[in-house]
Amino acid sequence: MPSRLALKAALISLLIFAIFIGAWQLATQRKESTTLSGADAEYAALMGKGQEKTDGFPPPLKVAKAFVEYLSDPFYDKGPNDKGIGIQLAHSLGRVGLGFLLAVIIALPVGFMIGMSPLLFRALNPFIQVLKPISPLAWMPLALYSLKDSAISGIFVIFICSIWPMLINTAFGVSSVRRDWLNVARTLEVNPLRKALLVILPAAAPTILTGMRISMGIAWLVIVAAEMLVGGTGIGYFVWNEWNNLALPNVIFAVVMIGIVGMVLDLFFGWLQKLVTYRE
Amino acid sequence: MSTHFLSVERLSKIYPAEGGKTNPPVFEDIHFHIDKGEFVCIIGHSGCGKTTILNVLAGLEEASGGDAIMDGREISGPSLDRGVVFQSHALMPWMSVLGNVAFAVKSRWPDWSKTRIAEHCTAYLEMVGLGESLARKPAELSGGMKQRVGIARAFAIQPKMLLLDEPFGALDALTRGTIQDELIKIVQATHQTVFMITHDVDEAILLADKILLMSNGPHAKIAEIVEVTMPRSRTRAEIHHDPQYYRIRNHLVDFLVNRSKSYAGVEAEATHDPKNPPLVRPGLAGEPDRPVALPADKAVPYLKQVINH
Repeated sequence: MPSRLALKAALISLLIFAIFIGAWQLATQRKESTTLSGADAEYAALMGKGQEKTDGFPPPLKVAKAFVEYLSDPFYDKGPNDKGIGIQLAHSLGRVGLGFLLAVIIALPVGFMIGMSPLLFRALNPFIQVLKPISPLAWMPLALYSLKDSAISGIFVIFICSIWPMLINTAFGVSSVRRDWLNVARTLEVNPLRKALLVILPAAAPTILTGMRISMGIAWLVIVAAEMLVGGTGIGYFVWNEWNNLALPNVIFAVVMIGIVGMVLDLFFGWLQKLVTYRE
Repeated sequence: MSTHFLSVERLSKIYPAEGGKTNPPVFEDIHFHIDKGEFVCIIGHSGCGKTTILNVLAGLEEASGGDAIMDGREISGPSLDRGVVFQSHALMPWMSVLGNVAFAVKSRWPDWSKTRIAEHCTAYLEMVGLGESLARKPAELSGGMKQRVGIARAFAIQPKMLLLDEPFGALDALTRGTIQDELIKIVQATHQTVFMITHDVDEAILLADKILLMSNGPHAKIAEIVEVTMPRSRTRAEIHHDPQYYRIRNHLVDFLVNRSKSYAGVEAEATHDPKNPPLVRPGLAGEPDRPVALPADKAVPYLKQVINH
């Protein structure tokens, strides 16, 4: 029975979570009770009320407080270094969305052409193979220099990292459309545009969507790092800012939020994928 | 100029070998013709190029030499004048049954309204007994039903000629039987011209007016043309009561088992004229039931009744 299985799985998940929190509590409790070593004590004294922030890894309760605090008012804006988590995430999602959309606009038509023409595929393949493994952040200096704008550079980095899986998957999906379906279209004298939209696109859609899903996953990984570099706004900047404040509960909170948003994005693309998948 | 609806002359096909060498031709010197309303089956062992011939007629493949002329025009590419039923049904799995047929109909008559297309498609799908399954996806259909959709799709564009590439090859015997009966009914009602590949001797006798027998490849040729002399209103249930049936069947099986090899060789060429392959009527009474096998050293084709035309 699937519902009972789901119930059991949920129970085990809860148990694992409880054990994890418990272990965390135990581990941090011991740290708190230990007295500061000589140098640390001196340093603490030197820093005055630095005590509060250097007292080791935060226990779960402290992190939970951060969760409550940030989630109860996600959209406040108190100047450039103090914005609600909702605003930060919105900035990140905006960058990812824009860069991703640009990548779709380029990758789909180019992927289509490469997939249709073995000549173009061979001609472009060396470039793709060299460009694909480059870490998107390696483009950052070039982007900053030539675009002269940190916000646009961030979007460019997202664009460049999400274009490759989409391009390759689109080309692969288009080139491996079943011969039979193309032959049907040929015997029906279907014009090229109609063939592309009604035969090749739906046939390749599951593969293309898989590429998009991978791209979105990478883009969400990269945006955090990119925003740490670029600064200003976004969840990546938030993490870096809170690290500079040594506010570890906030960092943990942000890390969890990154995970949750990434999961939601993946679920969304998984749902899209299901929509276009056909059973043979 | 020939007066036949479809004439194939000197057709040959050579597939390029690796490294620039040339393979022997799969088939060569293929001559045959089909008249309007005729049902012609082609039988031969694998590798004799039956599917290639069909693809050339469909315009999906180019022959290495020779011509195929249909209705006074050279076949130089795919055309809506020729409907194809593919061996693997080739339905688009993301479209419904109706959508698959409508895609073809819309290609044929782009100006038709949606309702007119739907009506037209429904009529053809009802003809193959699928009036209840319009909205279903191909994945929800059995193999036989899928092939029926393929047949409906090919008929719905009202082509001048229908090309069937072993359409029932993947079906079980029972399903095959019922679809064969349906095909007979539809073909008789529409007077459709049909060219069909089959491996099944019984299927050929049941459906065809003429059966082209191909010798083995490479250098495959049309060895004989067998005329099925039984009346055309045949049914699966009654056909085997006709004394002609077994005579024709024996002739075909004997060809496939014993004689298909010898036409490929050089020795047969002396007596065999590929332009006018012998037309035989093994079904007619007064003929021996079983033709003797061709002796290997004397390569004279055994023919009971030869009408060169």
